[in-house]
Formats: sequence, structure tokens, C-alpha cells
Amino acid sequence: MIKLISPRRLEELGILGMNRRYVVFIGKYNPRRNYRLVDDKLLTKKAALENNIPVPELYAVIEAQHQIARATAALAEHEAFVIKPVQGSGGKGILVITGREGDQFRKSSGTLISAEEVRRHLSNTLAGLYSLGGRNDRAMVEAMIQFDPYLEKYSYEGVPDIRVIAFKGVPVMAMIRCATHASDGKANLHQGAVGVGIDIATGKSVRAVQHGHLVTTHPDTGANFDELQIPYWDRILDLGSRCVEMTGLGYLGVDIVLDKVRGPVLLELNARPGLAIQVANMAGLRHRLAIAEKIAAETDDHHKKIALARQYFGVHA
Amino acid sequence: MASRNQIALIAGTLFLLGVGLTLYKAFSLGFPLLPGEYREVWTIESKISFTPRKDQPIQVDLKLPEPLAGWVLLEEHFASSGFGFTVADENDTREARWTRQSLDHSTTLYYKLQAYRPSSPELDDMPPTPVKKPLLENDQAAAMERLIALLHEQSADTDTFVALLVTEFNKDNQDRDAEFLLGTFEESPRVVMLAVLAYAGIPAHEIRGIRLEDGRRRQTLSSLIEFHNGERWVVIDPETANTGMPANFFVWQRGSGALLAVSGGTDSDLQFALVSNSLPAKAVIGMEQRAHEYALLDFSIYALPVEQQGVFKVLMLIPVAALVVVVMRLLVGLKTSGTFMPILIALAFLQTQLVTGLVLFITLVGVGLWIRSFLSHMNLLLVSRISAVIIVVIFMMATTAILSYKFGLDRALTVTFFPTIILSWTIERMSILWEEEGFHEVFLQGGGSLLVAVLSYLVMTNRIVEHLTFNFPELTLSLLAVILVLGKYTGYRLSELYRFRDLGKQ
Repeated sequence: MIKLISPRRLEELGILGMNRRYVVFIGKYNPRRNYRLVDDKLLTKKAALENNIPVPELYAVIEAQHQIARATAALAEHEAFVIKPVQGSGGKGILVITGREGDQFRKSSGTLISAEEVRRHLSNTLAGLYSLGGRNDRAMVEAMIQFDPYLEKYSYEGVPDIRVIAFKGVPVMAMIRCATHASDGKANLHQGAVGVGIDIATGKSVRAVQHGHLVTTHPDTGANFDELQIPYWDRILDLGSRCVEMTGLGYLGVDIVLDKVRGPVLLELNARPGLAIQVANMAGLRHRLAIAEKIAAETDDHHKKIALARQYFGVHA
Repeated sequence: MASRNQIALIAGTLFLLGVGLTLYKAFSLGFPLLPGEYREVWTIESKISFTPRKDQPIQVDLKLPEPLAGWVLLEEHFASSGFGFTVADENDTREARWTRQSLDHSTTLYYKLQAYRPSSPELDDMPPTPVKKPLLENDQAAAMERLIALLHEQSADTDTFVALLVTEFNKDNQDRDAEFLLGTFEESPRVVMLAVLAYAGIPAHEIRGIRLEDGRRRQTLSSLIEFHNGERWVVIDPETANTGMPANFFVWQRGSGALLAVSGGTDSDLQFALVSNSLPAKAVIGMEQRAHEYALLDFSIYALPVEQQGVFKVLMLIPVAALVVVVMRLLVGLKTSGTFMPILIALAFLQTQLVTGLVLFITLVGVGLWIRSFLSHMNLLLVSRISAVIIVVIFMMATTAILSYKFGLDRALTVTFFPTIILSWTIERMSILWEEEGFHEVFLQGGGSLLVAVLSYLVMTNRIVEHLTFNFPELTLSLLAVILVLGKYTGYRLSELYRFRDLGKQ
């Protein structure tokens, strides 16, 4: 017999479901015309730069098949880089090259691939294999983030990224996704990455969840999640709120990585952020969204909103 | 919330309108709410085509059918663009007459009627008609006498005499006299048989009518022979020698004589297109009685030509299937590949039947995925890759059809009803899903799609659903209301009760 949770219990916990997310939040607070800025990563990057939000450096944009041969030659000057589809979704089609070995490229997992395979990946990206709705796409090449060594022990073969959900400029909930061997270096929770809920007030971990079950240590590195404290937490919250102002999207998921040198860097934005963050925090979004609505009604000031959010949503005293 | 109230208002109005109209039709006009007994209603479309002579007035006369042998005529329509048109009574038979001063191109006139047969009695009895001996050449008369003598010798009574006669004329190696008569009359065997019967003093005539076959086009008139055996009239098929009125025979005219007369034209031709439709018995009676009394009935689907009615029969089922998809996705939370792909698959299942459909679908997609994995290595651009998949799918369909035909599995021939483009996209999506998320996700989405397709199929083939959607199309308004309300449903999906099942345990 499959175990289910009763709808009443979910209601009590304030869990946000798919239908409510669409009808009440995305449909109401995210105007369609503002989606482009979020779905097109080049536009996101441009807007972020105009708003002084740090983003990974852009090396090249490849728009047509015939540019691929030249592009791979041009990449020779960079030791490490990341290839992404401009309109990719759900982290699909991201190829991370961490270094070279003669003529070959080393992936984040350590495997070596040839230049031919990099070219094929670019070609598939342009054909829209990884993009929203399978449309033709462009590929962008970015600098690889040298992620903060503090977080190294919490991730296996992948960059841990921090997701903040912001509603009307108020940071509501946060988590960090740590790749595992089981998730194949990917930060997707349903593929087995560990989601660690983060306290909005302090940036400390609340609880860590893998496959829907609580864990205390990273299954591969053995690092203890209880001791996790995200550095630069003030700046992360600030960045999250500013993205809401930049995009005009009321309900937004902000993905942030920590660079060794530059601190919090905006990786991408999401106009339809998933609900897994509730699993990582073992808490529902609805009560918090209601409070955030009140906070936003009370004040327009960016810093006040964050201060109030930290006051209301703090878990660790 | 303003938008919520607005939706509630619109949905409420639509719902009440749909249910209200339905109840009005059910209780005031006597349409049955439940399927009950069905009647087979035939629509017979007669096409008269001819080429007019230059600058000559044209007159086309068509004898109209009489309600005979239990047939009831429901509705008649005449199409007569540019012609003067009257229906005249001539010697107890009705005749449609189209007239026109002149015409310079060949044309087609239409007469359409709907008929059904609530009971199948024999033709009414009537007194035997006087027999007129045909005028014959000497050698013909001699041959006929010899033939009649031979048949008399072999038969016991009039019934067996006629049966033997019919058999004789349909044999491969005929009697010399029968062969001679056929040769000299230069007419169809039927006419010769009638002449023999007349010569033998047996009252007989033709019955003209149409052999009913559903979906048949270009059907021509057929004839039966009716003779009097001294006690009563007997109908016999002049080809098979079977007696009695065939079940699938629509009687147009009892008696010999041409149905169609065209003056001022040549190459005249009379053909029929036939469609049968199962309608609830009570609705048929309602139509019969009140077809012209209520405007509402005039604007129902019944007012359409029957071929279009058939199309709408399926079209009106699609909203119900859409409701199934809405419920399965919004309330249950099933993942499907392509939002409405399951409906298209379910529509194909309607043609193939469920089990055959499932086997064919799984085979096609399975083999398609396998072939698609070769294409994957070729590193093609998206558009040509999908085009290649389309071609592969068409080849697979052809192969399936040919193989199944060779092995005598006629069911599998229905493979052609699967929508090619949709299949190709399904294969493409599944293939990408496999590469990116693994087989598990393919299984989940493919299974979800099939489950929704099967549910849609089961709902669409349900007798009551079929009956309600077709006879009460206004119920679709109520359905629309339900779908609008579901579009505002903000509660949890069933799948979320599973997904978040561990959240309560702290």
C-alpha cells in the first residue's frame, strides 16, 4: 500500500501545491511579458550587469552551426569554461570543462572528452535539444566559477548552488543543493542530490534531505551538514531581492553560486521555481508567502523587507 | 477576488444553460435521457445526373418512394438550384418534377430522404393483376412453350416453378431454350423471366428498390420479382431465388415502370449514396412528429446531413476526453508526454479497438525509439531528424499493414488510423527524455500518457456518454463550465500527497 499524506495535514503544514503555485502565484504575480528576461540567459546577464549584480564572465555566444569550428579554436585561450544553452531549462545541456589534457578537455567529473565531442554538444544545443519546447537555440560560453573552497566538502563533482525564493522582494525560503555521486554531479533533488534547507535569518543549515529522507552527513564526502553556514549570507539575500526588482517578476527563484574571489554570483533566474525547496526545508511555503505579502504591503524599502524577513522566517534563534 | 467571481458567474451561467436546455429537451420535447432502444435510420441520397441537349427545355421526373413493407419515411429534401420544382400526384404515386427552359452544362439534382423500418411486415396483399401475354416471334414463342413445359414437368406448384425458372436463368450451362430467349430478347434476365411468367399466365411484376449498405456510394437500383401463386403474392430475388423480402432492401416502387424520366437531356443516371445511423428510438419518433414544430430541433445536429452527423458524433466526444485529461493532470497529477497527445491516441483507439490499439502503439513507439537511437548518433539538425522519424514511422505503418494483411490479421490494418506526426513527436520527445532523464522518466510519462488515453477511450466508448453528447450537445456548455472551474482549482494533486508524504513526520 502506498503511503499518502492527507490533504488536511498538507494544508496545516502550509505546503504549496502545483495548482496553487500556478493559479495564485505565477499566474498572478509573474506577467508573461517579463518571462523573456528570465528564460533568455543572455538577457538576464545583460540586465544583471546594468544593475550591478555580479554574473559569470561571458566568453562567447555561438548562434549558428558554421561558427562552431571557429569557436572551439577561440576557446583555446581559456583553461576552464562552461557551455550553456541560452534558453535551457532545468539545468539541461550544461557542459562544464575544468581543464585540459593535451588536446582533450576535462569535464567536472574528471572524464576526458575530445574537441569533436565539444563541437557535437554545441551543435545539439543550437538544434534546441536542451531548450524550452525544443526551439532552436544559441549556446553561450561562460567563465567557470571557482567556487568557494568552504563549500567544497559539501558537494561531489559539482558546483553547489543556492536557491532563494523571493516573493515581492522578500526572501521567503532558501536551500543549497549539493551534488552527490548518485545524482551524477547534478544538483537535481529528484536525481538524488542533497537539498539543505537554509535559515533565512542566519544562513545556517536547517536540515538536509536526500530522496525525501533526513540525512546529517554528505553520503560521499561525509561532511556534516549541521555545521554548514553559508558565507556572505547578507549579500545573498540582498542579491535575491534585487533580482525581483530587476525582473518585475513577483514570484521568483534565484540561483546563486559562491565564487572564491567575487563572492555571491547570480547563475540564473527561474520564473517557475519548483516546489522541492519545501522538501529540503521540511516546511511549507504558504504561511511564509502570506507573511511576505504583509511585509511587502508594509514597506517598499529593500533593506527593511530583508530585515523583516530575517525576523519572521528565522528558525535558529 | 474579482476574477474568481467572474469565473464562477460565467461557469454557473454556462452550466445552468447546458443543463436547462437538456432538461427542456428531455421533458418538454421527449428526448430520452438514457440510450434505451436504438433504431437504424438510413439516409438515402439520390443523385440524378444528365447532360442537357442544347437549347431544349428540360423536364426531369422522378417517382418518389411510397412507405411500403414497414418502411417509414422521416424527412425529404430536394436540391433544385435554378430549376422549377414541384411534387405532383399522378395515379396515386408522387412524382418530383424539375423543369428548366434551357441549360448548357451537365448537372446533378439531389433528392435525399431518411427512412427507418420499425417492423418488417410483408407487402400488403392485393388482388392478382390481369396477365397480358407478351407479343413474340414464332421461334421465341416455341422456345418459351418448350421451357415452360420443361419447368412444369419438374415443379409441383407455382412457387417451385418460379424458383426453378430463376435458377435456370442464373445457371452457367443453361437450357438451350433459355439461352436462346436471353439472346433474342437482348434484355436483362429479369425482363425475360417476367415475360416467361406472363406467357405462363402467372401474374408478376418488378419491385424496384435499393440494397442498403452502410457507407456505400454509387449504389444503383435493384429489382426483385413479385408473383402471385394463386393464394398470395410472393417476393423472389431474381438472382439468388431466395423468397421473401430481404431485410436490407428499401422498397421504392412496387410494379414495373421507369423511376426516372428525363426529357431534353441524355446520359441520365440515377445513383444512391447510403449512410446508416443508430439513433435512439424515442428520438426518431420525436423527429418524425415534430421535426417542423420546434426551431430547436431544426438547429440540432440532426438537421445536418448524416455524413456530417457522423463527424460530429466523434467531435462532440473530444470535450469529454479533454475533461479526462484535465482531471488526470490537475487533480491526479499524472505526467503525460504532450498535453493532448493522449486524446489523439484515444481517437485512434476508437478505430483500432483497445487491445489492438495498445499493441500497435507500443510496438510502433518501441521500434521507433530503437531506430531513433541510430539517428541520434548521426548528429542531425532537429527538423531533419524529426522528418526522418516521420518517414520511419510511415514505413513501419506500411510494414505492419502489409505483414498483418499477409498473415490475415485484419485488425492490425487499422494501424493507419494513428496520427503519423503525433507518433513521430512522441518518439522524438521520449527519445530525448531517455537520453536526459533515463528510462524511468520515459516509463513514467509514456505510462501516464497511455493510461490517460485508455481512460479517455473508455469514457468515449461509453454508451451513455455517446448518447448524451450526441443528443444533447448543449451539455458541452456544462462541461466547459466544469473545466473552467477546474482551471481555478488550487488544491493539492493526488501525486503531491505522495511527493510530500514524508513532510509530516517530524
